[in-house]
Amino acid sequence: MTLHRLAGGQANRRRRSFYDGIATALIVLAAVIVLTPLVLVLAYLIGRGLGSLDLAFFTQLPAPAGEAGGGVAQAVVGTLELLAVASVIGLVIGIGTGVFVAEYPGHPLVPTVRLLSDALIGIPSIVMGVVAYALLVIPLRHFNGLSGGVSLGLIMIPYVVRGTDEVMRLVPRSVREAGFALGLPRWRVILSVVIPSAASGIVTGAMLAMARVAGEAAPLLFTAFGNQYWNFDPFKPVAALPLVIYTYSISPYDSWHRIASAASLLLVVFVLLTTLLTRLVFRRRT
Amino acid sequence: MDQPTTPPTPSRRQAAGRLARRENGRFPVGDRLFDLIVLLLAGCILAITALIVLVLFLGGDLALRKYGLGFLTGTTWDPVRQEFGALPFIIGTLVTSFGALLLAVPLAVGSALFVSEYAPRVVAEPVSYLIELLAAIPSVVYGFWGIFVLAPVVRSIQLHIFMSPSLRNIGLLRSTPTGLGLFTAILILTVMIIPFTASVARDVLRLVPRDQREAAYALGATRWEVMRHAVLPYARAGIMGGVLLSLGRALGETMAVTMVIGNRVAIPHSLFAQTATMASVIANEFTEATSPAYLSSLILVGLILFLITILVNVVARVLIHRLTPKGIT
Repeated sequence: MTLHRLAGGQANRRRRSFYDGIATALIVLAAVIVLTPLVLVLAYLIGRGLGSLDLAFFTQLPAPAGEAGGGVAQAVVGTLELLAVASVIGLVIGIGTGVFVAEYPGHPLVPTVRLLSDALIGIPSIVMGVVAYALLVIPLRHFNGLSGGVSLGLIMIPYVVRGTDEVMRLVPRSVREAGFALGLPRWRVILSVVIPSAASGIVTGAMLAMARVAGEAAPLLFTAFGNQYWNFDPFKPVAALPLVIYTYSISPYDSWHRIASAASLLLVVFVLLTTLLTRLVFRRRT
Repeated sequence: MDQPTTPPTPSRRQAAGRLARRENGRFPVGDRLFDLIVLLLAGCILAITALIVLVLFLGGDLALRKYGLGFLTGTTWDPVRQEFGALPFIIGTLVTSFGALLLAVPLAVGSALFVSEYAPRVVAEPVSYLIELLAAIPSVVYGFWGIFVLAPVVRSIQLHIFMSPSLRNIGLLRSTPTGLGLFTAILILTVMIIPFTASVARDVLRLVPRDQREAAYALGATRWEVMRHAVLPYARAGIMGGVLLSLGRALGETMAVTMVIGNRVAIPHSLFAQTATMASVIANEFTEATSPAYLSSLILVGLILFLITILVNVVARVLIHRLTPKGIT
């Protein structure tokens, strides 16, 4: 900062406080502008979707195009199926890697694993879809739920790694040392002392990762593909809520638009509740 | 969470392990087994990364050999004549991403300043939580909102331009008023990437030492002068990391962009032009790609997207890591 600007007469001082006022106004305005879309999106979803989020939405299959009524029960269940497959992959590899990164800080592979896991977060979800397509759709010769679940699982892994790593490093050193002092081997200290005291954090981290992939549509377009009917076979196409939102909102039918808005509202409520829960858990911990 | 406890030093832990081992011969087996399992799971990360690179290279190989580097500069994308060049999508991706960045960065930094420096705690806490929520809303939901709320607004802007004799002949504003196109995509992307810059900027601003501010205040600086000359320069590199993180997001953002950009294979010549991005062309055409060259070209587009986003993200992480005791976000 140049000193001569701070010195100077009354007029100068007035000009500086004028600029200060402008800056304050602009900064407040920036915050308001940033939050406006959130309010607009939520208001629109509630206004349009709440009425359509009825029993039929959860219990009925889609009505024929253009006809009123019907639901997307198969997509609600399909999303749960996909999440189940994704969680098996995402949680096992994610928590395992998180434990490795947090508990073996001296291991030569840790920096590489951490860097790669961070880099994986940045990979566009659609690229993960392409990978799952090449691995599981091409060999099986048709779209299938398994490939969709795998693509979501791949996306989940780095989020779970980071969540696990962060909460495990919050466990104080003294807790571990108390375990060692009892003569416990390292694996018992990790499994029976460190993980239980970080459990609530690991669980919320996992839920956050699940909420994140629950709304993913891009990798499912050419893996799970979507389905208008019930399907419990992982080797056949499976419906998913994000896919319903996509196909229904670009369709010309008003009844489908309403279902898309209800599905959007459902996803957003799920995501908001999970983030809120995470925040509460972490606030209690720190 | 601001003060991560450092894990026990390895030497200490090894000492504890040695002690245990001396007393009971069973322990090393359990430890070694556990080490192996954890190492295998962590190794999956390495394997997955290698697999992604391998799959994309193998998948894109056909197109790479057929079109060579001309793939990057070709402007025809014609599945019928089997001629593929990705330049329109590369330009579409760059224009939408940097356009969104241009709008998002000032807003993000402004709101980060608001949260960390201007607002009282009671206001700052919920506001920063709400900003983070912006990142949690699924892309496809933004797309839905874009189609039904944003696109009509953009359409009326386009109609206004169309009706006005002075504006309608400006090349950059020329368009068919559909509401779907480059501008709508940029607006949606802006909203979606703001939280990434904002949350990193907020955390970096909090790390600026108090002395830095107080020294400037002691000189008689106004609050804005303190921000501009003492706080922001100190946080610059970290904020840059956050900006790159946002850029990485914008480059790969798929659903919302696909739903509002119009999906025309053409290099955009106006602000409202209908165009396509790398991610949107994959989303749109992947299920229709019947010939091997077509599919391979789409996978090659995926590979280019992958390489660009990895590069941007690694640089962002390095910038952020270097500035903070632990990685933020």
